[in-house]
Amino acid sequence: MCDVKNILLCGVGGQGTILASKILSTCLVDAGYDVKMSEIHGMAQRGGSVTTQVRYGKKVYSPIIGRGSADILVSFEAMEGLRYLDQLKPEGVVVVNDYKIPSSTILAGLEEYPEDAIEILKAKAKTKVIDAGEIASSLGNPKAMNIVLLGSLVKLMGLESLNWKSAIEKCVKPAFVELNIKALEEGMNAV
Amino acid sequence: MKELLTGNEAVARGAYEAGVVYASAYPGTPSTEIMETIATYKGDIIAEWAPNEKVALESAIGASIAGARTLASMKHVGLNVAADPLFTFAYTGVNGGMVIISADDPGVHSSQNEQDNRNYAKFAKIPMLEPSDSQEAKDMVRYALEISEKYDTPVLMRMTTRVCHSKSLVELAERNNVPKKPYVKNLQKYDAVPAVAKILREKIEERLKKLEDFSNETELNFIEMNDSKIGVIASGVAYQYAKEVFKDGASYLKIGFSYPLPMKKIKEFASKVETLYVIEELDPFMEEQIKAAGIKCIGKEKIPAMGELNPDIIAKNLLGKENRVIEYDRSIVAKRPPVLCAGCPHRGFFYDLTKRKDIVITSDIGCYGLSSQPPLNAKDTSICMGAGFSMAHGAQKVFNKFNEKMKTVAVLGDSTFFHSGITSLLNAVYNKSNAVFCILDNRITGMTGHQENPGTGFTLQGDPTVITDIEKVVRALGVENVRTVNPLEISEMKDAMDWALSNEELTVIITKWPCVLKKLSQKDKDDFGDYKGLCYVDDNKCIGCKICIKTGCPALKYDKKLNKVSIDKTQCVGCKLCVQVCPKKAISKVGE
Ligand code: SF4
Ligand code: SF4
Repeated sequence: MCDVKNILLCGVGGQGTILASKILSTCLVDAGYDVKMSEIHGMAQRGGSVTTQVRYGKKVYSPIIGRGSADILVSFEAMEGLRYLDQLKPEGVVVVNDYKIPSSTILAGLEEYPEDAIEILKAKAKTKVIDAGEIASSLGNPKAMNIVLLGSLVKLMGLESLNWKSAIEKCVKPAFVELNIKALEEGMNAV
Repeated sequence: MKELLTGNEAVARGAYEAGVVYASAYPGTPSTEIMETIATYKGDIIAEWAPNEKVALESAIGASIAGARTLASMKHVGLNVAADPLFTFAYTGVNGGMVIISADDPGVHSSQNEQDNRNYAKFAKIPMLEPSDSQEAKDMVRYALEISEKYDTPVLMRMTTRVCHSKSLVELAERNNVPKKPYVKNLQKYDAVPAVAKILREKIEERLKKLEDFSNETELNFIEMNDSKIGVIASGVAYQYAKEVFKDGASYLKIGFSYPLPMKKIKEFASKVETLYVIEELDPFMEEQIKAAGIKCIGKEKIPAMGELNPDIIAKNLLGKENRVIEYDRSIVAKRPPVLCAGCPHRGFFYDLTKRKDIVITSDIGCYGLSSQPPLNAKDTSICMGAGFSMAHGAQKVFNKFNEKMKTVAVLGDSTFFHSGITSLLNAVYNKSNAVFCILDNRITGMTGHQENPGTGFTLQGDPTVITDIEKVVRALGVENVRTVNPLEISEMKDAMDWALSNEELTVIITKWPCVLKKLSQKDKDDFGDYKGLCYVDDNKCIGCKICIKTGCPALKYDKKLNKVSIDKTQCVGCKLCVQVCPKKAISKVGE
């Protein structure tokens, strides 16, 4: 069904992509959409490439999308955006965090980090670059990067009017609610 | 009330609602969260981690015979371990209903092989269900238990990674407290000696016939007639993919109960459509049976029999439709394999091994398996749980016989040792091995996400329990050369390995230090102290030799332009492995 929207989030284990997708899905369900969400677990706890896919609409069948079918690709790390660029619709949008995490093969000197990753994304697709680390740090917690990126996604998908406060309250510890709401707002303002 | 649940959470909810009383499992991706979620229904359900899948199933069998509804869950390879009791339990049948969950991993996301466990249903001659989303996963647990009790058989339910780990909406209901059945002693049913087994064997054939009738009647297999040009027979998540691609442009026979197949319904459906596709993930399980029944269909000619299926493959192979994609040079994207965490106690152990020559490292399944990644490259083999120890024994015997100067070093973890390493070590002791056996005890089951095990002092549902002392077990098996060391102390590790490799007899090294991600218990704090902190590099002293980088710690970053190393504060936990290897003493721990 063409009313189904496809969102792909990618990043590195430990960056909080799963929590961001959880808040997103919770909010979409509360808004009355049919939602399916799928995540790929890496083998170890940290450091691997992580993706989650969220699909919403009136009726959703498959929990996963294929190449060339994401409406929006949100990348929590620059190179990961490049890894999953083929999943994006040619007319889709990329939101990329201006943040680099070298992988183990790069640290071991076996491969090079593609320094121009963001430039390539810009050349190939409609791309928004967000310095989520900077924004989150200015709020007092660099780890809230994930929610800043979620905020940008919300704005670009036109979902601002949903009840994000309630979704955040359902998904994070009370002590972090305030911070996350702020981070979400800043993320919306950043695009 | 509707909730967004993963397939695994939905199975757990299904068990709760269907009145399951006892459940057991061994953790393994993608099945782990089933038992973790069932454990939260403490008071209603007894949920346990067993040391391996065979033990899990056997315990569940006991609970079923005692009269309770029960569940056992495992990943696909776990069913291989549990296959022995399964085949005979298929003969005896149940008292309280029993459902066995097999979580298959098409596409090998986190496993050592790809196998289609629907074959086990046919092999063991038991019924099988295949949910296609979370709602069905929940509902089918109840169906499975009802079928189990009605037809006196264990029931297999096949999940796949995508069903286990994707979330969709589920309608919740209350728990149905099914009364426990009385236990009745019945040797003709539960005592599978040859004379009894022969009689039970015949009963199974009769049961299969009845089950096929049921398969033709049940609402778990249903027809959706739309356009009759294309007909699709699909099961599991493949049904959702088919719907995604064909929408209302095809008719469907959705198979939820896939063994025995509803042949009557299939024939009826086939006669109504022009072209019949069978869409299933992995083996041509349904297709072969359908073709054998003389029904014309298209299946594996078009749909690959390996790897994970997705809507794209179906659209491309059956409709010739392909999405436009953005073209770019993918080769510049570096790999990002999972790595041992910063501060992982296994790193110290493997760092020592990287220095050794003429050794073969036979590994097992767990975080330590990640030692094959550069720069450690410290692993030669991995086959299945427990195999590391047995393989080391076999290989060492051969090296000895041909007088090769080769030593085998076997590596497994605490949980794997309890799983089936104990029996492998027993074999090595008995058959006079002289290999080196290493048990990397990180005080928890690490890779699957921190499950308790017989060594941790807690049960799954959080009750304090006996701590099995690995060193004592090893000694009790008859090993005399045993040393327990802290793997993060390089000199201690080196000493122990020198000693082990020069030893003429079987030697066991136990490394003992908690996983950095473990939530420390009071006992852990008493035993290991509060060691966490932060290390930093003194720029003036660092000469950029990159020796520290060879430890493979992801918190260490080398800057080419500056020719200096720095430490990422968000990752470092202050394990001090790098402090010990730096020749210039450029690294120190904050406050020391
Ligand atoms: S989870 Fe624990 S055992 Fe596994 S790699 Fe990380 S620190 Fe090591
Ligand atoms: S080992 Fe020491 S001197 Fe060498 S790169 Fe690392 S910190 Fe610098």
